[in-house]
Amino acid sequence: MPAGVPIAIAGLSKSFGAVNAVNALSFTVEPGQVTGFLGPNGAGKTTTLRILLGLVAPTSGTATIGGAAYRDLERPLVTVGAALEAASFHPGRSARDHLAIYALAAGLDQARVDIVLDQVGLADYARRRVGGFSLGMRQRLGLAFALLGDPGVLVLDEPVNGLDPEGIRWIRSFLRQLAGEGRTVLVSSHLLSEVQQSVDTVVIISHGSLVYQGGLLELETGSRVLVDAPDRAALSAALRLEGLDVQRGHGGLLVAGRTAQEVGAIAQHAGVPLSLLTVEQGGLEDAFLELVSEKGAP
Amino acid sequence: MSFVSALRAELLKLTTTRLWWVLLLVLVGYVAFVSGVLGAVFGGLGEKLAAAGGTVPTIPKSSLHLVVYSIASSIGYVFPVLLGALATTSEFRHQTLTPTFLATPRRGTVLGAKLIVLGIFGAVYGVAALVASVGLGGGILAATGTSADFASADTWLLIARVILAMALWAVIGVGLGVLVPSQVAAIVIVLAFTQFIEPILRLVSSFWDWTSGIGQFLPGAASDALVGSSIFTVMGTGSGPVAVLEWWQGGLVLLGLAILAAAIGYLTSWRRDVT
Repeated sequence: MPAGVPIAIAGLSKSFGAVNAVNALSFTVEPGQVTGFLGPNGAGKTTTLRILLGLVAPTSGTATIGGAAYRDLERPLVTVGAALEAASFHPGRSARDHLAIYALAAGLDQARVDIVLDQVGLADYARRRVGGFSLGMRQRLGLAFALLGDPGVLVLDEPVNGLDPEGIRWIRSFLRQLAGEGRTVLVSSHLLSEVQQSVDTVVIISHGSLVYQGGLLELETGSRVLVDAPDRAALSAALRLEGLDVQRGHGGLLVAGRTAQEVGAIAQHAGVPLSLLTVEQGGLEDAFLELVSEKGAP
Repeated sequence: MSFVSALRAELLKLTTTRLWWVLLLVLVGYVAFVSGVLGAVFGGLGEKLAAAGGTVPTIPKSSLHLVVYSIASSIGYVFPVLLGALATTSEFRHQTLTPTFLATPRRGTVLGAKLIVLGIFGAVYGVAALVASVGLGGGILAATGTSADFASADTWLLIARVILAMALWAVIGVGLGVLVPSQVAAIVIVLAFTQFIEPILRLVSSFWDWTSGIGQFLPGAASDALVGSSIFTVMGTGSGPVAVLEWWQGGLVLLGLAILAAAIGYLTSWRRDVT
């Protein structure tokens, strides 16, 4: 396996006619961790990834892998493996033949075909025609294609789509394992909840522009704490005394700007026993949605 | 190195779906049927019919075997075109251009490999169609007492040129496929042009000398010129000799057509964003 190298997107723009799909986008993706690439549908994720892979020409800016554009890579499939959203299979061809074609084209050892089929759990279906595959099996075959060259960089577009719960759990641990081996792993999704358990850091875009890059924990500080006590009035008074913004929430009080631990400490200090103390359900998702809608107007 | 890899990959692509052998079977069946009927009618039955007082078109005995053998390309040429066009348009239709260009980012290499592999397959189609036309048609000619003439160099020259023509037609199919990436549109164009538009144009152009000079450049006419014999030229309107290109000129017309289509297709659809 070649070493994982960083992905660098710099000042990238792409317009399709009058539509600006990607707008002056810049971010980097480091090796050894799983980076989530998030944004609502139509935010420009797939376009960005396709530019990175040399399939779409950018209007301006650059997208490089280890400093080189995809088309200039000496051995592209060995440097970076990609699984893109669209199902790119001939339905009449077997899974094995599908992979064998691209292994040949990239000058890879044909033994890799069976290795990757086994890795994604499709060994028993290798000789079946892809036309009969379920969406989950197609996702696995797409992933097998990405792994074909045992690349140091993996770019996966919506890999969780169509997987059953078992498959989702499998891919989460698989991504962690790949990053643990020192690879660069970039995973796109339109749902934060899909990837939040498996990513170390996130890049969030909306309307083709970057809105956030960093860790999930930092993103979460913007979320609120739900707290309640049998004596709710006393709790409210104690919190307001600390100068906190307290609002009536569903089944308790919502406190912004402090962690659950800090809110608990305030209550204990005031001698108010708590009946509930938790980070607001969906707080991360809310923070995400807030971020991507802030840039609502293009 | 990388071009050889691309060639091998394109070859594997073509042989791992059912398309190539399904089209090949239909080609062989069609050519065997037509050349068999032609051999029977003009070789044996025709004389008996004429003797019985009927009117039948005649083909000179000396060239009948060449006309029967050339059925392989004169009616069979649509199959290598379809093969090339379908193999190319299926890459667009099933979005296999994505993994293809990921494995081989140099798109010109992919197209070059595809043109060559399809050219080889067109030649294979030519051989198979000749087995049908020479095997069945020639067999019937021999059985009805007309010379099958395997001793003459002309026969073997014709066979070689049929193979060349079929190879060029498959390459034209690839060019058409890149030029018209919509699979349905490509099929409609191939069938409408080869089965309807061109036969009519050839017939109409043979009415006058000046149109005949243009008509000889129609792809089907050029193909028949390359092969050197065809049921269509022999059965021309009879108002005079129809203008026919030299065999090598016919070959150049086909080659030029293939290169032109592939080049324009490369500059338009092949280099376009793959989304």
